[in-house]
Amino acid sequence: MEKLTLTVNGLAREVNVDPNMPLLWVLRDLLGLTGTKFGCGVAQCGACTVHVNGEALRSCVTKVSRAVGQQIITIEALSENNDHPLQLAWAELDVPQCGYCQSGQLMSAAVLLREKPNPTDQDIDDAMSGNICRCGTYPRIRAAIHKAAKMQQEGVKP
Amino acid sequence: MNRRNFIQSSAVLGGGLLISFTIPQANKLAALSQPTATSGFTPNAFLNIGADNTITVTLSHVEMGQGIWTTLPMLIAEELDVDLKKIIVKHGGPDKALNHTVFGVQITGGSSTTWSEFDRYRYAGATARIMLMQAASKKSGTDLKDCKAENGIVIAGKNKYTYGELAADAALLPIPERPQLKKPAEWKYIGKGNKRLDASVKTNGSAVFGMDIKLPGLLTAVVAHAPVFGGKVKSFDSTKAMLVPGVKQVVQIPTGVAVIAEHYYAAQQGKKVLSVVWEDGIGAQLSTVKQAAEYKKLAATDGLTAQKKGDAAAGISKSAKVYKAEYVFPYLAHAAMEPLNCTVRIDGDGCEIWTGTQLPAAEQASAAKILGFAPEKVKVNIPFLGGGFGRRATPVTDFVSEAVHIAKNSGKSIKMVWSREDDMKGGHYRPFFVHNVQVGLNSEGLPVAWKHNIVGQSIMQAATPAFGAPKTPIDSTSVEGVMGSPYLTQVPDHFVGLHNTEEVVPVLWYRSVGHTHTAYVMETMIDELAKSSGQDPVAYRQRLLADHPRHLAALNLVAEKGEWKKTLPKGRFKGIAVNEAFGSFVAVLAEVSIADGQVRVHKIDCAIDCGLAVNPDGVKAQTESGIVFGLTMALYGELTLEKGKLQQNNFYDYRIARMHESPEINVFIVDSNEKMGGAGECSVPPTAPAIVNAIFTATGKRIYNLPIANHKLIQQ
Ligand code: FES
Ligand code: FES
Repeated sequence: MEKLTLTVNGLAREVNVDPNMPLLWVLRDLLGLTGTKFGCGVAQCGACTVHVNGEALRSCVTKVSRAVGQQIITIEALSENNDHPLQLAWAELDVPQCGYCQSGQLMSAAVLLREKPNPTDQDIDDAMSGNICRCGTYPRIRAAIHKAAKMQQEGVKP
Repeated sequence: MNRRNFIQSSAVLGGGLLISFTIPQANKLAALSQPTATSGFTPNAFLNIGADNTITVTLSHVEMGQGIWTTLPMLIAEELDVDLKKIIVKHGGPDKALNHTVFGVQITGGSSTTWSEFDRYRYAGATARIMLMQAASKKSGTDLKDCKAENGIVIAGKNKYTYGELAADAALLPIPERPQLKKPAEWKYIGKGNKRLDASVKTNGSAVFGMDIKLPGLLTAVVAHAPVFGGKVKSFDSTKAMLVPGVKQVVQIPTGVAVIAEHYYAAQQGKKVLSVVWEDGIGAQLSTVKQAAEYKKLAATDGLTAQKKGDAAAGISKSAKVYKAEYVFPYLAHAAMEPLNCTVRIDGDGCEIWTGTQLPAAEQASAAKILGFAPEKVKVNIPFLGGGFGRRATPVTDFVSEAVHIAKNSGKSIKMVWSREDDMKGGHYRPFFVHNVQVGLNSEGLPVAWKHNIVGQSIMQAATPAFGAPKTPIDSTSVEGVMGSPYLTQVPDHFVGLHNTEEVVPVLWYRSVGHTHTAYVMETMIDELAKSSGQDPVAYRQRLLADHPRHLAALNLVAEKGEWKKTLPKGRFKGIAVNEAFGSFVAVLAEVSIADGQVRVHKIDCAIDCGLAVNPDGVKAQTESGIVFGLTMALYGELTLEKGKLQQNNFYDYRIARMHESPEINVFIVDSNEKMGGAGECSVPPTAPAIVNAIFTATGKRIYNLPIANHKLIQQ
């Protein structure tokens, strides 16, 4: 067990943990941030995607010790008022079905949109194929990413 | 009704108007009655209008992605005349008043929520509106005919009251018998574009699923399950597991050994070092290869008669040409995105459960039985379901019972969490099926004799705990789609037979149930017959389906919108299929190409006739969802067993279609006034056959066993 200090959504959080514990379970079970989801535990589904220093990481296979000293952002802090262009586009196009995968989808899409403000379908395939949606919302995710890109160009700030 | 009870119930809820909308008998709209005695600590089926103008709708069905969180409130908003977006929605717990209007038990399934609740929820809204108008009329001394209810306000002559202001008065009025419903021309919500009410909570992480339940002192439990189906614990040693920091307790339960810890990680670490000796039992004899061989042998013989006309064997021997095929379908896991889980807290003589379930009352009954409590002492709370697809409607209540056993044996409040591997290996699969089909054609290439035997486990037999023993050995969920096929009505000599098998592997309904395999067989066989006699697959179907207007309407619409007749660019191929399931008629046109031995699906056009589309964009969303589900099933869906052990583990060896494999999808809704059907499952069945029919055009190869990934494809 080790005392570690994490920076999660801009706040310093202290945890006393096995440094090998995956970040996912620290977030969910110790810090109560349950927006980040568990789907597979082996970097296959993307449900657990969070941002670590702006990178989309699978928190289920990221040791908590690796996240020390880095900026961790979870879905709860993707935007202040659920108004990231992606969140707006998601709601506008009724993307979510069961919704379980959507935190991870949004976190992956947010990095894509930052890196490629005007993504092509190929860019979307490349960035989003690590995120499974069992409800099959892919066509709407694709459309919503394009829509968010447009909104961003029109001035909606992430 | 008993007015005193009614008033009391209303008073409990803060002086608001409370309308329950029980239908005591299936399928019949009875007069509205007072809230029936609640079972458990759970509320009744009701619409509540608070004095503060809050409108709360309690759902008799659960939201698992299919959109009823929006559709059911729409029906109330329509008749009550309130702003849909302001309605507060919640799941009801186990309650007889919430029983399915047709199935008689409390269930979300069978793509039935919208059509089965279409009247009940509309009448609930209409009744409340009339009562509010009556209250306003009384209060203001205005004639009822001069009162108007609109957008949460009753205008009574010169007076205006909000619904909240009238709620307490309205609650004292007798309930009207059968209020007038709005005419379709007056609808504001039904048939119009409505946004999902749960979209925003599902975009910022605030939607609560079973997995997200938090309680003071709650521990996490994981379970070591028998590696072989039907296996039992012989002995176990928890010494090492107990040394893992955070592990609190290790307990045996009927289905294995549970490790209870402060959090999931510690519990899993404990499970890793737990040593369990298992007693495998007869399950160890089951292997997929052997099972397929046995089923094929059985399928070559006639099973119990499901449907029969004339003499199929004689018809075949007289036919100009005969086609024979044997089809094999593997076990499939639902693999909902949220692994199965259940939270249980036992407190003295009461128990509270939190779980995503499609069968709340069955879970309650099982928990009560395990604990020796009366059912009303077990409260079941239902958060959002992270997918269901049938897996969360398990009549034997496997995962909830398991969690209750853990809580009982440990004396702790626990959240039992299955890993993805537990979820995949946990059984309750779409059954393994084999079909043996022989079709005799006449000189025009039309089927005149059809002999069809189906072999597989009975789902309804497995459903006995919640639905009672099946009344007939012909399980309709095994033969639906072949039995009752529109193609067979034309065939003078036909036979559909069923062999029910028994295995240690538990089986269950899986999105679109029997149609997952029957539509595949019928639609690929019809395609084979058409092409082998040199006929266009659409024209051939149009000819055979001449007396089936709804099949035809879907088929024709997709052929038109998808430009069936147009020649595709080089290297692109198309295939078609049409099927009825859950009262809806769906045609799919798939466009594919072949590369590196595999298929790539580029585009799916789909036409659906579900009768009135109450929420058209919801219908489209479900249709898209079903197509992607069907795509996964076609491309990758396969579970295999060796010596009773499931060979698949996680998404790396049980693949799910991903973004880059997801085709462009265009859904066209048939403008229809026909009987309403369901939308949640009906697009799954025609997807796989449309794809493989396109593959045949590309490769000349017929695929008789799924998944497609097992076949090397070479373009001709
Ligand atoms: S839970 Fe991390 S990728 Fe699936
Ligand atoms: S919305 Fe259900 S898994 Fe994506």
